[in-house]
Amino acid sequence: MTTQSQHAPKMATPLEPVMQFDPNAKVPFAKWVQKHLFTSLWQSLMTLVVAALLLRFAWFVLKWGVIDAVFYTPDPDVCRAAAGACWAVIVEKHRPMLFGLYPYDEHWRLVIMMVVYLSTIVASLMPKLWNFKILIPLWILSVTSIGILMFGGVLGLVYVPTSEWGGLPLTMILFSGTVLIGMPVAVVLALGRRSPMPVARGVSVVFIEALRGVPLITILFVAVNVFPLFLPAGVEVNKLLRITVGIAIFFACYQAEVIRGGLQAIPTGQYEAAASLNMSYWQTTRKIILPQALRISLPAITNHIIAAMKNTSFVIIIGLFDILTATTAVMQDPLWRRYYIEAYLFVAAVYLFFGYALSLYARQVEKWINSGRI
Amino acid sequence: MTHIDGSDQRGAKPRQTLSTLLYSKSFRTAVTQVVMAAVVIFIGLFLYQNVVENLRAQNIATGFGFLEQTSQFDIGEKMITYSARDSYGRAFVVGLLNTLSVSAAGIFLATLIGFTVGISRISSNWLLSKVATGYVEIVRNIPVILQVIFWSVLLRNLPNARNAVEVYGVGFLTNRGLTFAVPATHPIHSTMGIALVAGIVLAILGSIWARRHRESTGTYVNMLWPSIGLVIGLPVLAWLFGGAPTAISYPVQKGFNFQGGVTISPEFTALLIGIALYASGFIAEIVRAGLQATPKGQIEAARSMGFRPWFVTRYVVLPQALRVIVPPLTSQYVSLIKNSSIAVVVGYPDLVNIGNTVMNQTGQAVEAIAVMMLVYLTISLITSTFMNFYNRLVAIKER
Repeated sequence: MTTQSQHAPKMATPLEPVMQFDPNAKVPFAKWVQKHLFTSLWQSLMTLVVAALLLRFAWFVLKWGVIDAVFYTPDPDVCRAAAGACWAVIVEKHRPMLFGLYPYDEHWRLVIMMVVYLSTIVASLMPKLWNFKILIPLWILSVTSIGILMFGGVLGLVYVPTSEWGGLPLTMILFSGTVLIGMPVAVVLALGRRSPMPVARGVSVVFIEALRGVPLITILFVAVNVFPLFLPAGVEVNKLLRITVGIAIFFACYQAEVIRGGLQAIPTGQYEAAASLNMSYWQTTRKIILPQALRISLPAITNHIIAAMKNTSFVIIIGLFDILTATTAVMQDPLWRRYYIEAYLFVAAVYLFFGYALSLYARQVEKWINSGRI
Repeated sequence: MTHIDGSDQRGAKPRQTLSTLLYSKSFRTAVTQVVMAAVVIFIGLFLYQNVVENLRAQNIATGFGFLEQTSQFDIGEKMITYSARDSYGRAFVVGLLNTLSVSAAGIFLATLIGFTVGISRISSNWLLSKVATGYVEIVRNIPVILQVIFWSVLLRNLPNARNAVEVYGVGFLTNRGLTFAVPATHPIHSTMGIALVAGIVLAILGSIWARRHRESTGTYVNMLWPSIGLVIGLPVLAWLFGGAPTAISYPVQKGFNFQGGVTISPEFTALLIGIALYASGFIAEIVRAGLQATPKGQIEAARSMGFRPWFVTRYVVLPQALRVIVPPLTSQYVSLIKNSSIAVVVGYPDLVNIGNTVMNQTGQAVEAIAVMMLVYLTISLITSTFMNFYNRLVAIKER
């Protein structure tokens, strides 16, 4: 384009445009304010009321959360004397809140585990590394090292049973377990529901609809109380695993419906074109249909993945020590229990942070898809 | 027709051999399905047999006979009479009614807040829409269970009855819940309730008549004010006929508690606020999407034809918005009902909480969980039936 315009002969414009519209022109601030906040009497009144309330709230937050707050003290009486927030409770109690029942002296293992976990996830999210030759060894390595760190029992590490796991690492394990087990199940269920075979269709429909119709808690009850009855005498499955699989299957049923939506959006011509190339059902599904269907349903898939992260907090009902259960337990301490608002705000901030990070990444992926990069 | 499934039937009949049979698509499909069905049946039988054997080994009774047995536990909040001498079955009914009442209140509150916030989000007022967006992002992204626990701890840490927080002279906030003044019970109240229902029915009939009248004669009858008059006026009339009782039962502090008035328990309140605020964020987004579904040109066209703003909203925007809003809104309502099952963390006696107690007392986990699941499944099925009916009703009728 640029070269062409350089060589193009200069032509005199017969008519100067009367008014030029430039969408990128800077709108004067006063005009913007007038247009967006004070268009009419009613609008102006509303702006003033909202602004007044907002300022009052912001002032309250600032005064309570910063000006009058105590940030660091090992002595709860200092907090008692202060009028504002007591962020010291988080400083003082961050270890039992973040790591739950895990043996106190072994907490360093969880710190390393979280570093390994987060770097593996971040690496796997980068399109540059989307290559099975890199990802499979990476995941084998990090899952093994996370397993060694969490369980111990080798390399001179103390053995820690899953019943003592807790805090943020447990939330992370539940979350990634849910997604890793749930996504493949979801794809199978979605394909089953769209299958030409009545038996596969029937089984999938009944399974999906039955599980979507009941609350997650009842499924957790099944995983904890009923599932052991399903097994032959003497066979036992770890409670943490049972719960993870329970949440994963619940997640998969919702995700299956999302993927089915993507599958339904594929034009019939795609199937016919694949059939005319003599591709088998699995070839068609794997190479033609699924890549498109998953791209189409990606926004909804990420929504459900974020929901899965929030849903891990349901394990408080069956007594697993995730970050929320651990915080609730810590807040039984008579010296510090007055400062529950600060503690729960901290937990909420952790969920908001990870949720926000996931949704930012999802938006980026959508951009990549729309620009044809992946 | 048959060329799609791979079996070749062109021209002369091809020779049927074992290999053509093995490679024929329909044969393979049939075999796969038989195998699949066999595996499903086999797994089902295997699990059933294990359950029966395990239950026999652990001496746990089976069947739903336990529903008739005496429950031996009391329930704090109940809408029907119930005591520890009543049966497990009745305890389940108490729980179901509690689930339904907290869900109904939650749906009402969530709809109210959700619509307000959703409309604010598309407001032309920049500040208002940003505040609404902030609200939605916060309530949607914090786990509902954390929100419920937060409200529950907050309410339990309120002062006791002696130092109660007074709310605008009509109620008191204490760690035992919200107590507020209500009109003293009077027999005319039930008649007023009937009058209210009658007013609503008459208003609906009136607007149906008005529509028929408009469609047949072309004259527009405004039924807005007559409808409001009917819905409010009939109960007021009933109240006047009943001698206009004005006695009010005020809560009075006595020792550690209040007498008179009505008290809403902190468990109910915490659960209600938690699930309603969480759902309101999602409802706000649904409402926003629905209102944005009407193309701007249609609104401008209606305005330029001289319709009043209210008329444009009622006959141009709302019919199209509701078609988009109602289906996801109903599924939000269902998920609110399912979220009410986290009552167990704050100690509100809903269906799941009572089912959990029954399960621990009788040991009959399979049956107790089956009762819970069946109830929620029924609620979901009823809702989706209603939704299909509604979708047929509002589907674009092409003429």
